[in-house]
Amino acid sequence: MRLTALIAKRLVRLALVLLCVALVSFGLMMASPIDPIDAYLGPQMAQVSPEQRALIAQRWGFDESAAIQFGHWLRQLVSGDLGWSHVYNQPVSEVIGQRFQRSIILLGSAWLLSALLGFSLGVAAGAKEGSKLDNAISTYAFITASTPAFWLAILAVLLFSVTLGWTPTCCAGPTGILSQEVTLLSRLHHLVLPVTTLALLGIATITLHTRARMLELMRSAVATHAFAQGASRLDVAWRHGLRHASLPAMTLAFASLGELFGGSILIEQVFAYPGLGQATVAAGLRSDVPLLLGIALFTALFVSVGNLIADSLYAVIDPRIQSGGL
Amino acid sequence: MSEAQPRLRAALSLGVTTLLVLGLVASQWLLGDSAQQMQFDARLAPPSLNHWLGTDALGRELWARTLAGLALSFWVGCLAALLSTLIALSLAALATLSPRLDALVSLVIDTLLSVPHLILLMLIAFALGGGTQAVIIAVAITHWPRLARVLRAELLQLRQAPYVLISQALGKSRWFVLHAHLLPHLIPHCLVGALLLFPHAILHEAALTFLGFGLSPSQPAIGVLLAEAMRYLSGGYWWLGVFPGLALLMMVLSFERLSNHLRRAL
Repeated sequence: MRLTALIAKRLVRLALVLLCVALVSFGLMMASPIDPIDAYLGPQMAQVSPEQRALIAQRWGFDESAAIQFGHWLRQLVSGDLGWSHVYNQPVSEVIGQRFQRSIILLGSAWLLSALLGFSLGVAAGAKEGSKLDNAISTYAFITASTPAFWLAILAVLLFSVTLGWTPTCCAGPTGILSQEVTLLSRLHHLVLPVTTLALLGIATITLHTRARMLELMRSAVATHAFAQGASRLDVAWRHGLRHASLPAMTLAFASLGELFGGSILIEQVFAYPGLGQATVAAGLRSDVPLLLGIALFTALFVSVGNLIADSLYAVIDPRIQSGGL
Repeated sequence: MSEAQPRLRAALSLGVTTLLVLGLVASQWLLGDSAQQMQFDARLAPPSLNHWLGTDALGRELWARTLAGLALSFWVGCLAALLSTLIALSLAALATLSPRLDALVSLVIDTLLSVPHLILLMLIAFALGGGTQAVIIAVAITHWPRLARVLRAELLQLRQAPYVLISQALGKSRWFVLHAHLLPHLIPHCLVGALLLFPHAILHEAALTFLGFGLSPSQPAIGVLLAEAMRYLSGGYWWLGVFPGLALLMMVLSFERLSNHLRRAL
């Protein structure tokens, strides 16, 4: 009962935050010096008379005040209409839908890989502080935590695609072939490098965090007691450490969705992978305001749901919190 | 190990980083505009004794351009981290004034944290029309929430400290309490916070510029260098992609180390 109340409260909060995101991103778009009519017309700008411009502005509602425009947009949003993307010449919801389908494969597999690998590396490093394995893993995590995502992707392309020729340099499938005809194997072949790069970057935070939790446990009274009873390091790490460190790692994995998405924008750009990240960049560079707004809201929803799950996981999984009150 | 002499280590890494930064700034002053000078007889030359890190498609020396890019990153990162810390400090102080303001600030923080950083950066850079100023403001606006949370918690705790309560009971003004008792305590937090922000600021500046939303392509920023390198990747001109990124990583790592040591020492 308390749990449902808690989740209901968080859902209300989520709606409030999303409204704020909508308000902020709309305000930013209004503040932009780029004229949406110019962006829409592109090079045809010169052939349009001021009267025609005024007509376009009237038809699109640009002659109204910002507050009324926001009201219009919000009403459309609630009815499920995100607007029309002039870059892709499709409704925004369709662009996001199609692109997200491709991105979710990349994001999902990188996320799983980084969570699992990051957790196991963290446990291995934290089990014996100061060992060679610990030093190697910590150094690796410390360095990748400060590596620019796109640079790592560039290095990966240089090494595996250009020099060794193992993987293709770009896109989600071979060029010149319809997307329906691309085989699963070729799809996977194109995915390997982007997924690995994205996962390599995501590992660092989870590893460092898990390692810290493991160290905490290894210095605790629980571990000392277990050691006194003759338990080996492996025993303690396996029986006590895993439980102690798994919950924060899971929470962190859900909470890091935003960072993962940010990384995927850069990596999709380097690998020319036609996902949501690439669409974001295209929308921004070519001033496709409806698409940019749609993506901002969509990713905010994505990240907020991740955070919501992260917050609720504690209460659902850990019985101590459920009984003790949060 | 590293816990033995935290202050010595902090001083050492402070010295090394300061030297590096001074060298960087001095090099910009000494080199002048050699980052933009083209040599058409040495286009896309690989690294050699004459061209230390090779040259780009217009025959410009990559080492000069990388140094110039690092210096640009440094200034942008400095300004952005400073601005961000100021925002964090003022909003944390504001949040402790009343519960309503506190709720408002935490709503703003939640809103900012719910959009992926990079997308928010792109939106802000788009709203400001791009350019150096836009990048600095965008990075400053997006990076303060975590520090603000730390400072807010610290302030709330300090408010209840006996000496602050006594000072208030003696009739000292709010302003006096703030600048004589509370601020001196927050300065180390702000310093470490700003240092922790700095690497993030640099990385996000480079990412934003790489995507084409940041510094203008005519400036030798690291993001611009790497975006240019992308075009020559399949030709096997590896030095264009490797060195600028490596230099950026070095700078970020040295600042990361410094802030870690300082945090332990303070």
